Amino acid sequence: MTSAAPSISMLYQPRLARRKACNVVFYVTGAAVCAMTVALLATLIGVVLKDGWTFLTVRFVTSFPSRIEPELAGVKPALFGSLCVVLMTGVISVPLGVGAAVYLSEYAGDSRLNRFIQLNIANLAGVPSIVYGLLGLAVFVRWLHLGSSILAGSLTMSLLVLPVIIISAREAIAAVPQSLRQAAYALGATRWQTVRAHVLPSALPGILTGVILSLSRAVGEAAPLLIVGAAAFMLSMPGSQAGGGAWNKLVAIGTDNFAVLPIQIFNWCKEPDVVFQQLAAAGIVVLLAALLAMNSVAVGIRLWHQRKRTW
Amino acid sequence: MVIMDQPQGSLAGAAKAEMRPSPVSAPEPAGETIVRIENLTIRYGDFSAVKNVSLDVYRNQATALIGPSGCGKSTLLRAINRMNDFVPNCQVDGRIVVRGRSIYDPGCDPVDLRRHIGMVFQKPNPFPKSIYRNVSWGAKINGYRGDMDALVEQCLRRAGLWEEVKDKLKQVALNLSGGQQQRLCIARALALQPDVLLMDEPCSALDPIATARIEDLIDQLKTDYTVVLVTHNMQQAARVSDRTAFLYMGELIEVEDTHVLFTHPRHPRTQAYITGRFG
Ligand SMILES: Nc1ncnc2c1ncn2[C@@H]1O[C@H](COP(=O)(O)OP(=O)(O)OP(=O)(O)O)[C@@H](O)[C@H]1O
Ligand SMILES: [Mg+2]
Repeated sequence: MTSAAPSISMLYQPRLARRKACNVVFYVTGAAVCAMTVALLATLIGVVLKDGWTFLTVRFVTSFPSRIEPELAGVKPALFGSLCVVLMTGVISVPLGVGAAVYLSEYAGDSRLNRFIQLNIANLAGVPSIVYGLLGLAVFVRWLHLGSSILAGSLTMSLLVLPVIIISAREAIAAVPQSLRQAAYALGATRWQTVRAHVLPSALPGILTGVILSLSRAVGEAAPLLIVGAAAFMLSMPGSQAGGGAWNKLVAIGTDNFAVLPIQIFNWCKEPDVVFQQLAAAGIVVLLAALLAMNSVAVGIRLWHQRKRTW
Repeated sequence: MVIMDQPQGSLAGAAKAEMRPSPVSAPEPAGETIVRIENLTIRYGDFSAVKNVSLDVYRNQATALIGPSGCGKSTLLRAINRMNDFVPNCQVDGRIVVRGRSIYDPGCDPVDLRRHIGMVFQKPNPFPKSIYRNVSWGAKINGYRGDMDALVEQCLRRAGLWEEVKDKLKQVALNLSGGQQQRLCIARALALQPDVLLMDEPCSALDPIATARIEDLIDQLKTDYTVVLVTHNMQQAARVSDRTAFLYMGELIEVEDTHVLFTHPRHPRTQAYITGRFG
């Protein structure tokens, strides 16, 4: 414009070169950190693959562990136990956790009590897992007489993962725009109709992320299940003695003793012989594969949900 | 789905006959009060956003609420379908009577009330679902037993959107333009055949052409519905409304037939506002 323009522009000191340099520094740092993480993971996987390679056969996941003949040992009962525990933990904790999150964010008002409860839930998420093991031992194993069973283990694990599921589901629900709820309420929808048709579907990806993260943690945890009394190793499948119908079988599985992968791996690691180290490495690969499968299921659900939403 | 354009065609006609109430209760005289606001005061905590407002809204008319930003127009509008219930520490005193029922009485169910009083928001807020489901959902949850396809078509025609979307009803509504989304929101509200349609600055996010379309639409809607419209645009109030209420700092300064208010405002403050000297 006129003579005023240069003097005003004097007030701005863009220091463009400096800002761009900062940008490059962050870019390089970020890339380096990322590369380190990937390298670390690759090393870990490489090492366990190398160690466990000789055992990574179909036979490994279909045989029982054996002290006397370690060359023929396998993870069948431990894998089965882990899958049962994670499945049952999911069945117990997801409805409870999502339900609690819906209640806290949609039904309970912003009261002092509500905030107090949420603070406590956040605290529970930080409690060491072994404490949950002790609680599970006292309440489920002894008081409810469930014994050292898959059911008791799953209930204990549910306590462990519930806080994380509630917190992440609450965050996901809170991120659903208010305008969406208002649109539904303005059409004469009840709270539940609004939650069911709009809030939960919009929050589903976020809820799934929390569920998968916490169930992955449940698969990898050994400490609480050790306390609850999971077996060091099983020489038969849980519930294999039961006869009769499918329901009897299911009850027998749920109330029988069990082994899980992390404890099995831990026990092999303790053995001095190198063959047991190889068994442990192979067990770790199986555990990682199980985690990968769980994550794939979550991605699958998300994709299916997105496709469904467009029509 | 290939349906030729037939504005008063058989399908649309059939759906319409199905939609409107039976002739026994239908043609009530224009000018009857459908919403009566009596001594309404609305507080957010200690702050009174609406102060002792009394206002009648007449059937089959468009009533415009105008006034400077922050004067309480949206607050007053949200009181009519009890959307203020969702605002924490919002307290309502006074009465609003809709078709003879006092809506803040304990016996009045806000869910049922909102089914009879539709609302269109300032920012278009379609559901992230298909165009079809956007229109049908409200009817579905309220137990609509008629022909849903005909209802959806009828409402989209009414909102002036049918021609643009009839081939992509199953597509997600978020892909529509802003003006189309807003007309979809209007169609969605119409699917419940509300007695009253509340619109809070429905054109503020739209360009002049989309605005003109919605103004035309409001004009047509008056034959079947009653419209309460909040607007910042004085020309818009003058163009589409029959009556205009001017609010200032939460108080109702003046309410008058639109052409009277804009040509002979009684209150100097109204005069100053409509001539653009403040606001
Ligand atoms: N949730 C709330 N909590 C506290 N105060 C509020 C709340 N909503 C609105 N207010 C206040 O109430 C007054 C009226 O607000 P309202 O939204 O009704 O104004 P408006 O006339 O619609 O303004 P605009 O034209 O800018 O939309 C304003 O002073 C506003 O700050
Ligand atoms: Mg407003």
